[in-house]
Amino acid sequence: MTARGQSVRFAGISRSFGPVRALLTTDLEVSAGEFLTLLGPSGSGKTTLLNIAAGYLEPDTGRVLIGGRDVTDLPPRRRNIGMVFQNYALFPHLSVWENVAYGLRARGVPSAELERRTGAALELVQLAGYGGRAIRQLSGGQQQRVALARALVIEPDVLLMDEPLGALDRQLRQQVQLEIRRLHHAHGRTTIYVTHDQEEALVMSDRIAIMREGRIAQVGGGEELYLRPRRAFVAGFLGESNLLRGTVTATRDGRAVIAVPGLDRPIEGIAADGLAVGGTAAALVRPECVRLTHAPGASLTGQLVERVYLGELVALRLRLPNGLIILCRCLARDGVRGGDMWGVAWEPGDVRILPDDAPPEASTKIVGQ
Amino acid sequence: MLTAAASRRLVTGALLVPTVAFLAVAFVVPVGILLKLSLTEPAGPLSTYADILGSWVYTRVFRNTIVLGLMVTAIAVLLGYPTAYMLTRLKGFALTLAVYGVLFPLWISVLIRTFAWILLLEKHGPVNRMLVGTGILDAPAAFLFSNTGVLIGMVHVLLPYAILPIYANMLRIDSRLMLASDGLGASPWRTFRRVYLPLSMPGVGTGAVFVFLLSLGFFITPALLGGANNMTVAMLIENLVNDRLAWPLAAAASFLLLAAVLALLAVTARFVKLDTALEAR
Repeated sequence: MTARGQSVRFAGISRSFGPVRALLTTDLEVSAGEFLTLLGPSGSGKTTLLNIAAGYLEPDTGRVLIGGRDVTDLPPRRRNIGMVFQNYALFPHLSVWENVAYGLRARGVPSAELERRTGAALELVQLAGYGGRAIRQLSGGQQQRVALARALVIEPDVLLMDEPLGALDRQLRQQVQLEIRRLHHAHGRTTIYVTHDQEEALVMSDRIAIMREGRIAQVGGGEELYLRPRRAFVAGFLGESNLLRGTVTATRDGRAVIAVPGLDRPIEGIAADGLAVGGTAAALVRPECVRLTHAPGASLTGQLVERVYLGELVALRLRLPNGLIILCRCLARDGVRGGDMWGVAWEPGDVRILPDDAPPEASTKIVGQ
Repeated sequence: MLTAAASRRLVTGALLVPTVAFLAVAFVVPVGILLKLSLTEPAGPLSTYADILGSWVYTRVFRNTIVLGLMVTAIAVLLGYPTAYMLTRLKGFALTLAVYGVLFPLWISVLIRTFAWILLLEKHGPVNRMLVGTGILDAPAAFLFSNTGVLIGMVHVLLPYAILPIYANMLRIDSRLMLASDGLGASPWRTFRRVYLPLSMPGVGTGAVFVFLLSLGFFITPALLGGANNMTVAMLIENLVNDRLAWPLAAAASFLLLAAVLALLAVTARFVKLDTALEAR
């Protein structure tokens, strides 16, 4: 994979809409050829940041650099970007061919080269032979591919995509995700991708920036974010999680202990940065790290309230004595069935103690399905 | 027993009955009588049509009417397009004010507005005084009883009919298409020419057809502001009925105007789809 496209750097970017601070001061660096996803709930500022990269929005403060060139004051047409909009924004009065050729015509590309590059772009998205069609004759998935071809044909320094798969049904979405990933691997074009779908982010990205309330909560590879989240919000947003909220009682040698109201036993785990004794924190235990044992002799017991068979896995919900619900996933063949009371256990190495910044109503629920 | 579809058709039909009945009595029957009237000249059933088409004077009136209509249409669309665009950019109180500004003239009688233009445009009226006073003209211009006066008056009356369909069309253009064009490297002028203008053409077509059709039947404004050289078909028909009592000839002139309108509509329908223009995006 050779990197085509340029690095993108956001330096001290912020933006407000009237009294609403959509984006607090943000720094982010996307390297050349990288696929970076801005992931977050709606209103987290991810689309604002994308539009600032494209030039559709001006930042209140800070600079945007593409390939080291300061483009903050340039309009979109002078930034050499490829933008894919949520509902594609294809030109309804132009044919598929003319839609794709649009950016080349605007650049005054000679006709022989224009023919060649437009044809190649349509071939790339497997729409060769569709050039003469009208946009409204295409299915949603085909329109999505035309939008992609139109953005790629101009060989942009950076490809920007704003929830481009939002309008597709689930099955098609998964197909197109893999398609976009394949294209990115083949061409290595710097891509900034906006979505609120964590699975989509995990499938496609080199790195994910999780955004919340106008700031980036954490940036990293999918595995890193899942295994080593730095804040309870990140843990809750990516994957399913058990977050047991309490008060930090001790920190030592990279480990921390919290007391959870209603549990006799303190919980110990690997400490994240930013913990203080006496402060609030949450213990993260992923459902697949929860082990069930036979109840007699266990230090923590739970009552089995739900068992959902998922094929190779079963998803279980257990109620702890203090009323908290613990999610557990285990292999179906390990045969957790029958019985009402189970011992609940985990390895201390599988627990992370995180500063608690998630809204309380999200605690120990399945977040993000 | 009626099927659901049949009873739905019956209800639709019943809802249409009052309008159809009214139009039949008030429109179709009189038009039929007029058609019969145009064919009842003693010299032969089609002699009235032959008289009009064979007369240099009458055909010139028809040509005048159509040329005047085309000029009014062109000016109204050229003035209406930027006005409609401006309306799409306004919000809140400014928009309300501007929309009322466009609609307000429609609420005042054409007669009153035309008399107002006579006062404004007369030889020693405010317009001439201003033009001469500022040195733009050396001597007062003869706006009245000329093509200029008729054009000014008719454009003023018909402008809202150009603005409103264009505005309605522009509102439905997806603003992200312009962003997309910008992002693809197109200059603002190119974005306008390749995206905005083509997408607003259905509205322009609808507005132009409205203005043109209305201008063909215009009577008061050309009659009051125009001179003898600017006779339109409507004035001719009035003259034939009231002064010469030549009813069959007037009826034939009406039908020739109707035929011209239908022919022009048939041609424009190839370029402008009136039904889709109302829902175009």
